Amino acid sequence: MLGGQAVTLLEARNLTKHFPLRKGLFSVDPGAVRAVDGVSFTIEAGRTLGVVGESGCGKSTTAKLVLKLEEPTAGDILFEGRGLTTLDAEGIRQYRRSVQAVFQDPFASLNPRMRVDAIIAEPLVTNEKIEKGQVRQRVARLLDMVGLPARSADLFPHEFSGGQRQRIAIARALALSPKLIVLDEPVSALDVSIRAQILNLLVDLQRDLGLAYLFIAHDLAAVAHMSHSIAVMYLGQLVEYGLAKTVATDPKHPYTQALFSAALPSHPDEVREEIILTGEVPSPVNPPSGCRFHPRCPHVLPRCAPEVPKLRTSFGREVACHLYDTAR
Amino acid sequence: MATTTAPLLELDKLSAHYVTARGTRVVRAVDEVSLTLRPGETLGVVGESGSGKTTLALTILRLLPPAARIVSGSMRFGGEDLLAKSTTEMRKIRGKRIAMILQDPMASLNPLFTVGDQIAEGVRVHEGATRRSAWQRAGGLLKAVKIPAATQRLGEYPHQMSGGMRQRIVGAIAISCEPQLLIADEPTTSLDVTIQAQYLKLLRDIQRERGLALIFITHNLGIVARMCDSVAVMYAGRVIESGPVRRIFNAPAHPYTQALIESIPRMDGSLERLTAIDGQPPDLATLPRGCSFQVRCPRVVDRCREEAPPVFDIGAGHTARCWVAKP
Amino acid sequence: MSVSPAPSPSPVASAPIAWRMPRIRLEGLPLFPIGILLVLVFAAVFADLIAPYNPEIGSLSQRFRPPVWSVGGSGEHLLGTDHIGRDVLSRLIFGARVSMVVGFMAVVFAGVVGTGLGILSGYLGGWVDQVIMRVTDTWLALPALTFAIFLAAIVGPSEFNIVIILGGVYWTRYARVVRGEVLSLKERDFVRLAIVAGCSKWKIMRQHLLPNVLNTAIVLATLMLGVVIVSEAALSFLGVGVPPPKPAWGLMLADGKKGLMAGYWWLTVFPGVCIVMMVLAANLLGDWLRVKLDPQLRQL
Repeated sequence: MLGGQAVTLLEARNLTKHFPLRKGLFSVDPGAVRAVDGVSFTIEAGRTLGVVGESGCGKSTTAKLVLKLEEPTAGDILFEGRGLTTLDAEGIRQYRRSVQAVFQDPFASLNPRMRVDAIIAEPLVTNEKIEKGQVRQRVARLLDMVGLPARSADLFPHEFSGGQRQRIAIARALALSPKLIVLDEPVSALDVSIRAQILNLLVDLQRDLGLAYLFIAHDLAAVAHMSHSIAVMYLGQLVEYGLAKTVATDPKHPYTQALFSAALPSHPDEVREEIILTGEVPSPVNPPSGCRFHPRCPHVLPRCAPEVPKLRTSFGREVACHLYDTAR
Repeated sequence: MATTTAPLLELDKLSAHYVTARGTRVVRAVDEVSLTLRPGETLGVVGESGSGKTTLALTILRLLPPAARIVSGSMRFGGEDLLAKSTTEMRKIRGKRIAMILQDPMASLNPLFTVGDQIAEGVRVHEGATRRSAWQRAGGLLKAVKIPAATQRLGEYPHQMSGGMRQRIVGAIAISCEPQLLIADEPTTSLDVTIQAQYLKLLRDIQRERGLALIFITHNLGIVARMCDSVAVMYAGRVIESGPVRRIFNAPAHPYTQALIESIPRMDGSLERLTAIDGQPPDLATLPRGCSFQVRCPRVVDRCREEAPPVFDIGAGHTARCWVAKP
Repeated sequence: MSVSPAPSPSPVASAPIAWRMPRIRLEGLPLFPIGILLVLVFAAVFADLIAPYNPEIGSLSQRFRPPVWSVGGSGEHLLGTDHIGRDVLSRLIFGARVSMVVGFMAVVFAGVVGTGLGILSGYLGGWVDQVIMRVTDTWLALPALTFAIFLAAIVGPSEFNIVIILGGVYWTRYARVVRGEVLSLKERDFVRLAIVAGCSKWKIMRQHLLPNVLNTAIVLATLMLGVVIVSEAALSFLGVGVPPPKPAWGLMLADGKKGLMAGYWWLTVFPGVCIVMMVLAANLLGDWLRVKLDPQLRQL
């Protein structure tokens, strides 16, 4: 159990990513998809930050920014104090050793033409100089860690089920003993009866190896179960951010409230206040002015349209909402 | 629930098998399924991949692919024997008395026709309405599924709408001829959480207004908890537990149902372990002798490996196929 | 470590896909095309042993002998002789060697160049892609055969040159197709994960992209085999292909053409039938392979 002060492992500062749209022949300024707009959060060592939000909220883009699969348009990510945008090639290599990923689709995550031992060992052989015998040993140990039999090493991905493939993907992510693993919908594509297996495995690994997770999912209960803190995103911005229990059981931002009330119950008698939002999620190309949620908000105020609410501490978490903005 | 109302849909030991071309492999996709559905009732059919739930839906509508066959059992709808119907008669039933909604709205809608045309199609085919009156009906239906600016939308095409709206249009098509039964096969799986909530509420409202019976096929017990009056849990082609929803959630009899319920994370998340089910969903082509759940069952006994359990009545409409749960 | 154990992997399919070559189940093999190709390969390999005569030397006293079953034919020359008295059967058998060697090598050469450029173009994008694609466009705009003739006329005919020329003309088909596959492959998660693991661009192209486009390339190769062989025949027919006296089926067609009016049908029909058979077999095999290999890819 981690006691005492939590060590900040990763800090996102004003992270912004805009994807410019193609310029037509005659258009003046085609605009951009404002996928992530000024998002800041921290991930502590050995802890899980859960990120929730619906289509177009920017959580997948955030994951790509953290994994350096995309470069930010503005803002930066600091890992152990060093800014990612300032890293040189060697620095990037070091970063990649510390940050790995597990993606949603277990069928697309593994190269169908490679044997499992090659798949798991790939990060190792790419980054370190080790001999064949040692590689074999490390792979066997990793397979054991994720609960797969040693002979799995000689088989090909198509000989495994979805849940087993996800275990292989996790074993590979662990190969370099990373400090942070980005989990982008790790169980959404799995059968319901398998999800608990994988979630339990992830919790065990976190406890035994001191891993930090960035856990992105649309299953709110899974996120609430796995995370120490939760960040709620809407149209590229953070609307609420705090401890998991606080945000999940007592959400303050109207969107978070609607989101968590929309989550399905675990028992027929578990009745939640039904907050049904009107309208559709607007497109991130042309987000509404001021508070991006104001057109759908059941508690909208006159100042919500012109003024962008800032993320402020309120009721023990950060909320970006004029309802709680007492500092006027 | 009134027990004196005649059932709307009755399945009795219905079996549908897939047979490979050479006749070598038989996959018992639906195996001796018995269900009862009353008018206005919502039944949830829960299962994972390979459970047979989608095949069951196709069987009810007699839309099985050529490789599959209904081999035994009976199916009665409104008192009439569905298995005895001819192709023409079935066509009159589909869309008019029994309607279906599928998971992917883009696959259900024709990208080349306007929304209005597609909604009006059912009415024109089944009731012989004129183009004008059908178009008006379509406008009314769009309003019924709560699509704003309905009359404008009629002339639009599916690709101009969001996923949630498309699913509503699919719903409008489904209810266009006032069916008695609606089968929804995972209609919300591709939708966002809040859109899903909107859609489920819409389904409930429509159901209440029109006295529609609903079969909701899903892998998500949460939907069952919110929407359904009764539930049937399927595993490897068989209904292994069924009954009123509260009874099943409060006191699940079959170990699979128990494990499913216990494996769902709770919102008031404590970081304790979830109950996981060992193993993986079954391969319908290679089922073991006896109970198909034996390999993964935490309470398996010898009898389970020898003989497949029959349906046991546990009381108050609650049944289960399990030797251990036998009263 | 108290980790919930995973169940043992139960084999989902019985034939594992090997790292390099896909092993295909033997049932349902298309016997006809494989049979034809085996016969041709056998003829090509063992030509020296099975051909009754030297294909390049003829006896002028035996000119224009018809096949054994026609009037005037003899058992000495089963398929007759040509205008120099060379045995047609022997020339066909040795011609198989030439056609197979040239065809096979040209296809491999085109495949290597085309697949390589296709991968570079698809994965690296940017100006590399632009340049390669514009070159491909231009190349494709030229009529292949005319271009081949042009090149052959410049560098002069020889077996080696023909291989290079045909390869140089037909690589563009590979490049196009492979580039398309790479474009979709590079969005797949396992490629993203390779980047996250720190793999260099070259490693990704070599380890992840190449093996996954190999199937497509192989199918394309079998389909191109037919095209290449016909092209080689055309080049030989026009006199810019394999130089005489080496037997090549196209050349035999060219020589035999002169005899058609005189009624010496066997000089063109037999080589023609051989060409048709080989192309047919290659196409059937390629088609079967495409169906066989694609579903497995889609399964994954």
